[in-house]
Amino acid sequence: MTSAADTIAVNQTMLRARRARRSVTARIVVPLVIIGALVVGAIVVPWLYNYDPLQADLISRLKPPGTVTSDGRIALLGTDQIGGDLFAQIMAGTRISLLIGAATLVIAGFVGVLFGLIAGHFGGAPDTTLMRLADIQLAFPSILLAILIVSVLGQGVWNIIIVLSIASWVVFARVTRSQVLTLKNREYVEAARTLGAGNGHLMLRTLLPGAIAPVVVVATTQFAAVVLAEAALSFLGVGVPLGTPSLGSTIYNGTQYLTTAWWISTFPGVVLVILMLCFGILGDALRDRFDPRLRSA
Amino acid sequence: MRTVLGYLVRRLLLAVFVLWGVATVIFLVVRVVPADPALLIAGTDASQAQLDQLRQQLGLDQPIIVQYLGFLGGAVTGDLGTSYTLRVPATELIAAALPNTVLLAVLAIVLAVVVSFPLGLLAALRVDRFSDRAVTVSTLFTQALPNFWIAVVLLLIFSRTLRWLPSVGLENPLSLILPTIVLALPLISILTRMIRSGLLEVMGESYIQTARAKGLSERVVIFPHAVRNAAIPVITIVGLQFGTLLGTAVVVETVFAYPGIGRLLVTSIQQRDYNVVQASVLVIAAAFVLINLVVDLLYGFLDPRVRIAK
Repeated sequence: MTSAADTIAVNQTMLRARRARRSVTARIVVPLVIIGALVVGAIVVPWLYNYDPLQADLISRLKPPGTVTSDGRIALLGTDQIGGDLFAQIMAGTRISLLIGAATLVIAGFVGVLFGLIAGHFGGAPDTTLMRLADIQLAFPSILLAILIVSVLGQGVWNIIIVLSIASWVVFARVTRSQVLTLKNREYVEAARTLGAGNGHLMLRTLLPGAIAPVVVVATTQFAAVVLAEAALSFLGVGVPLGTPSLGSTIYNGTQYLTTAWWISTFPGVVLVILMLCFGILGDALRDRFDPRLRSA
Repeated sequence: MRTVLGYLVRRLLLAVFVLWGVATVIFLVVRVVPADPALLIAGTDASQAQLDQLRQQLGLDQPIIVQYLGFLGGAVTGDLGTSYTLRVPATELIAAALPNTVLLAVLAIVLAVVVSFPLGLLAALRVDRFSDRAVTVSTLFTQALPNFWIAVVLLLIFSRTLRWLPSVGLENPLSLILPTIVLALPLISILTRMIRSGLLEVMGESYIQTARAKGLSERVVIFPHAVRNAAIPVITIVGLQFGTLLGTAVVVETVFAYPGIGRLLVTSIQQRDYNVVQASVLVIAAAFVLINLVVDLLYGFLDPRVRIAK
């Protein structure tokens, strides 16, 4: 009797676990497909439309979505204040945003993981220095730091990448450091050390592989944060240079035409929301899959 | 008693150290850059003599270390330099703008706490049911909304299309509604999630079982017993989010042309008024450090377990 009840309970637990695993897979695959579609759109659409942000077509300026423009094309999402196709502009903006996000992630991730490894592995002075640096930086709302640096460096895609890397490397460093601290005393690390592995080998071949999973999870959420920060900076006029389409700068341009052309500010924001949602869901799902310990609220 | 005092002193020293670091970073970023403030103020057609005189006036002819010490000394004594464009002390501009931002931030925090408590409670009490799912999904969605975009969209709907609310400035209390909502939105979703998970955790603890076993009504079990302990982390989160809130305020104040310190910062950046830029960043960072200090101390006061652990 008890054994039958036990079997049922076990079966139910397994069933629930399997369902949870399947839902995690869906939460990983669906956002990835949508992000993939946006990436393809960002590459292909501006090229298909032969999009030039500076080309003016004043006859068809500020036209609502679905209008046929003077050169016989259908403006799916309407046109902007100089008659440019909004859909092509949004996709070109997505391209810049994704490129800046990816470049920032590579730089911030590399620097952050390296410093985190060094601080966690050596401890002592390097560790104290890193943590105090992190304290100082976390005492700063990072958008403020970004605004301050760009206002001094000047606008430009590379300046944005540098600024956003400075703002986000701390997160990677902290995550890597805390992971290294928990791995450091594991038996397999002790074993490697006993076998005479040097600092370089210990950090890169022994500790780093164990720290990859949380770093990937953090990278997903940081990517969203970086894309959002770039859009906010461009919106404030301290982001990409004039004439470069970005989701943030397009939203800003639209604010001058809110009463006459609501679509200019609205649609780039929708793309931004879709991106944020996808990366948010993806980050949560990756965390559930790879690192249940990071699971928080 | 001695350990508490020691903790207080250590925490204060750390705060001072962080502030010094922030001031140094600001000084380095603003001063050690190719741009010449004298050239920026006087314009490119100024003569060499004019430029030299201006540099002397601004102290830019001094060695960098003297400028740095002067800046630190000024910051300690409350002298943050003069605005290049308006010719008034930067502190005066900040004193006029800061209360507006504080008002906005306090309103946003109050709104966020008032909204997220019932939502989090509802979700936790009906965990995995429809209302819980609805709350969880909407917090996820709210977190994905870029603040500057939602500000523009609300402006478009409520002031341009429906004409219910004023669009910009601060003329009457109605102007506060939209900026407050935009500032509160991300905080609402974070707090709701915190309160939900906090309550779920607390509900599993043995003292709740004890309360139930004593035959107390469910209402008494939930309100004084569970909610009080679940509320403690909320204070920390509110403190930690304050910095983000100040960063968001920069964006929100710009969209709504709200006369706060964020807008002061953005306009002085556009006018290259570096003294005001560095003064307002320093003030915002100082506010952030002080609030975190207070939150940390409050936390130890509210949760005796933290004090013992220290």
